Amino acid sequence: METLTLDRLMEIMRECAGEEEGANAGGDIGDTEFAALGYDSLALLETAARIEREYQVRLGDETVTEAKTPGALLSLVNRTISEVV
Amino acid sequence: MTSTVVVTGMGVVAPTGIGVDEHWAATLRGTCAIDRVSRFDPTPYRSTLAAEVPGFVPEEHLPSRLIPQTDHMTRLALVAADQALQNADLDVPSLPEFGVGVVTASSAGGFDFGHRELEKLWSKGPEHVSAYQSFAWFYAVNTGQISIRHGLRGPSGVLVTEQAGGLDALAQARRQVRQGTRAMIGGGVDGSLCAWGWVAQQTGGRLSTAQAPDRAYLPFDAGACGQVPGEGGALLVLESADDARARGAEVYGALLGYAATFDPPPGSAGPSTLRRAAELALRDAGVEARDIDVVFADAAGLPDLDRAEAQTLAEVFGGCAVPVTAPKTMTGRLAAGGASLDVATALLAIRHGVIPPTVNVTRPLPDYRLDLVTRPRRATLSAALVLARGHGGFNAAMVVGRERR
Repeated sequence: METLTLDRLMEIMRECAGEEEGANAGGDIGDTEFAALGYDSLALLETAARIEREYQVRLGDETVTEAKTPGALLSLVNRTISEVV
Repeated sequence: MTSTVVVTGMGVVAPTGIGVDEHWAATLRGTCAIDRVSRFDPTPYRSTLAAEVPGFVPEEHLPSRLIPQTDHMTRLALVAADQALQNADLDVPSLPEFGVGVVTASSAGGFDFGHRELEKLWSKGPEHVSAYQSFAWFYAVNTGQISIRHGLRGPSGVLVTEQAGGLDALAQARRQVRQGTRAMIGGGVDGSLCAWGWVAQQTGGRLSTAQAPDRAYLPFDAGACGQVPGEGGALLVLESADDARARGAEVYGALLGYAATFDPPPGSAGPSTLRRAAELALRDAGVEARDIDVVFADAAGLPDLDRAEAQTLAEVFGGCAVPVTAPKTMTGRLAAGGASLDVATALLAIRHGVIPPTVNVTRPLPDYRLDLVTRPRRATLSAALVLARGHGGFNAAMVVGRERR
């Protein structure tokens, strides 16, 4: 099963929840907190639902909202994908 | 004496245009926005006409974060709120943290959004339903989104009284200003022009089935045959007259008086209480019927309701004693948005000294004894009475006009 990349994750987030103007001016996006990127818990749930459908994994709402950064969510998703495989 | 509450900002998103200027220009031209529904295919339905907001591209007005989480009518409301605050030149961050609130009226909530998500639910399964469905469908959503977008943490709320809502929300906002809230946004922006909303409205039995846009919604006309829905409305910024003066704000006029009544249950002997609402609103404003220069009618477009309203006006003012108009013949009925748009239009009429026309009505019934304004009419205007009736027995009346000192 294909793993999720950071670029693809951010693309999904933009599609699901839009993009905050002025957020993420430089810096390592993977380690920037979702709140600083303008994404709230619903944006995260919306993104997670999309990832679950696209990658055919189950993430669980509680686990997902514990991820505070794109990097953390990425590891969670890819760990789950490898478990499925 | 309770302090006067004035309007210092207006935002309009309506079938007559986006923005106060566009709306007023189209209203004076008598441009009727009723046409075949374009937002969905109306072919399978008996009613096929509506008035839509023209040329609305949400991405041109709103950040991308708000697009996936909002119904069409919420987007319209957010734009109206942006306009109203900008128009009022009110710097919210400089005001006390709990100093600004918002009260909107709603009738159905985000039906279009809800329709699409429910369709996903039954066709694809629950995992396809958007997390934003949790609030995007909700009738309180406009108040919430406006509050979040502008950081309005003052007293807020939502009123659901169908077409009367536009006045009831403004009245509630006025109440909050009188109780000390520094500024309020009030009014309604509404609409559910989607197949689900359409089916719901059709079962109400009030929609016109006429095919010709200029023959479909004819209040007070011999050919009155039903209503045409529209989308949009207006949001107003309210402040106390003293605060507005102190900061040198431009004032459109004051919300001088208001009352709401509830009709007796259907089938009971009692008559409509619309007259009582009108009289109580006049009393609340401290004016007599002769002080009212124009009436913006509810204008149901159904013979029974038209007759009841005409009778009320004859009882309160005397036959043909006051000019009556219904600019909503251009916009259709905007559910909770209609009456607040009428208030905005009434304030513009007073400012410009012109009564906007009722369009398409060519055969007003003489026994209604109305001085119905069917072409723009120049007049010196100080006060207007706006009437609104909501399905289910809601009546509301508001007197707006020049600030009285």
